[in-house]
Amino acid sequence: MKQEIGLLVIFLLVFLYDTFMPKNSLKALPVVTTLLMVVFTALGFGICYGGNTSAVAAFGGMYETSAVVTAIKNILNIGVIIVLIQSIRWANGELMIMRRGEFYELLLVTLFGMYLMISARHFLLFVIGLECASLPLAAMVAFDKNRYESHEAAVKYILTAVFSSAIFMMGLSFVYACAGSLYFDKIYNALYGEHTAMLVLALAFVISGVGFKLSLVPFHLWTADVYQGAPTSVTSYLSVISKGATAFAFLVILAQVFGSIYSQVWEWMLYALIILTITVGNLFAIRQRNMKRFLAFSSISQAGYIMLGIIAYNTMGVAAMMYYILVYIFSNLAAFGVIGAIENATGKISMDDYRGLYKTNPRLSFAMMLAMFSLAGIPPFAGFFSKFFIFTAAVGQGSVAIYVLVLIALINTIVSLYYYLLVVKAMFISDDECTIARFRSAFSERLGMWIAVAGIIFLGLLSPVYDYLLDLTADSSLLAYFIR
Amino acid sequence: MFCCGLYGFLTRRNMIAMLVSLELMLNAVDMNFVIFNRFLFPGAMEGMMFTLFAIGIAAAETALAIAIIINIFRSVHNIDVRELNQMKF
Repeated sequence: MKQEIGLLVIFLLVFLYDTFMPKNSLKALPVVTTLLMVVFTALGFGICYGGNTSAVAAFGGMYETSAVVTAIKNILNIGVIIVLIQSIRWANGELMIMRRGEFYELLLVTLFGMYLMISARHFLLFVIGLECASLPLAAMVAFDKNRYESHEAAVKYILTAVFSSAIFMMGLSFVYACAGSLYFDKIYNALYGEHTAMLVLALAFVISGVGFKLSLVPFHLWTADVYQGAPTSVTSYLSVISKGATAFAFLVILAQVFGSIYSQVWEWMLYALIILTITVGNLFAIRQRNMKRFLAFSSISQAGYIMLGIIAYNTMGVAAMMYYILVYIFSNLAAFGVIGAIENATGKISMDDYRGLYKTNPRLSFAMMLAMFSLAGIPPFAGFFSKFFIFTAAVGQGSVAIYVLVLIALINTIVSLYYYLLVVKAMFISDDECTIARFRSAFSERLGMWIAVAGIIFLGLLSPVYDYLLDLTADSSLLAYFIR
Repeated sequence: MFCCGLYGFLTRRNMIAMLVSLELMLNAVDMNFVIFNRFLFPGAMEGMMFTLFAIGIAAAETALAIAIIINIFRSVHNIDVRELNQMKF
């Protein structure tokens, strides 16, 4: 409960600052918000290390937090801090002066929704968290009032979001009919070993509802348009924080609510979804020329890899998944930091503009290269280890089908290497004259990129991070249901 | 009712009509919860409570969607989704 309350306090402080401070001190609002988040995250780590790690429940068992949940919230906080740092320049731009505060308030509210979603132990609270996380995001996507694409992206986002939550809640009503309760543990017990047509239908609805939010493949069509149309800061937030939180919440639902019907009902659904997600995401990413659309499809296929941690169905899978989310936050935010810096300076976001970037902006292209290597999973960088751990965890599940699945995922890694290297090739090897002149990015943008790049390099070299996550998940009550 | 909404959402090309169809789907969910609660589990009120919250959430969703549609209308004077195709692969 401490983290939610802390976040609400930050939200109120930002709101009061935005409302009551004199006009000329409002320019410091982004910095103030970032500093507050840094303090908050430090306190969160304090809870994680020092405080008691046993599970705490509230609202009559509707809400529950434990060490693992605190850890994933801290991981999300780190991502939010980087996003905030990278968005400072954009938020202080001319177009944003009137709406600067709203951006930060909406962002904090969505983060609060994600917290609720992660630690909900009752579907009512889960749905509230889900909506709280997705509705303000639609407003954030529509933030660039003067750009038409922003509106188009927002309308696509809100319609798919409402549509998916309608489907999700329909599934919930069937689950309710089967189990007679909406508490996670009660549903788990009521459904034990059951396999009826209604349950399959309910699971299909629930999985497709969450799949929309997570942009798994049959439900991914909104992703590229929204990522392209939204302001770059919002896109980076949407692609890492929102995705990471939803992935973890999805894990919680599948493990705690439907864990008892794993092999009967949803194992094969997830196999199909993962294979489709990874493959289609990769194949579509190859032909994109717009960098934001390119990263959208790359993030779709990354979501498929994250799902491998769920299908692994063991504690190592959970640790690997959290580690994957952490690494994915750093690598994707490094890429988005470069894109945002170039967009802020020159307004160019096409891959063709990146040709020969190395000659004019060597540092930016170096950061981009590291991000691409990490996303593709090239050994010394963190991306390799996260993929390695998640594959190991998945193989640990042991069935023949999972070997086939991991093989397909491995082949897809090679495909993804091709298109990630396309960007690197355009930046380093192309002989053309670069259309982007040499420029110096703002301090905040450089700071954001430095943090992200440092994360990419050091997370790969420091094994204690992963060991720590593994320890957490091993003695966690969250995963009691996972033990077979 | 859910299928009516689904059909409407997939075939209508006017954004307001799509929104109405979405409302139909959400209302179908509410009905479902209330009916299951009343006839299958009359002892507890969980489904009813869920419905109350779902109605509130649906209202918020509609308000936001309407606001965005008004913005779109201001910029292109049109709310036909077939016209919103500037971004595609």
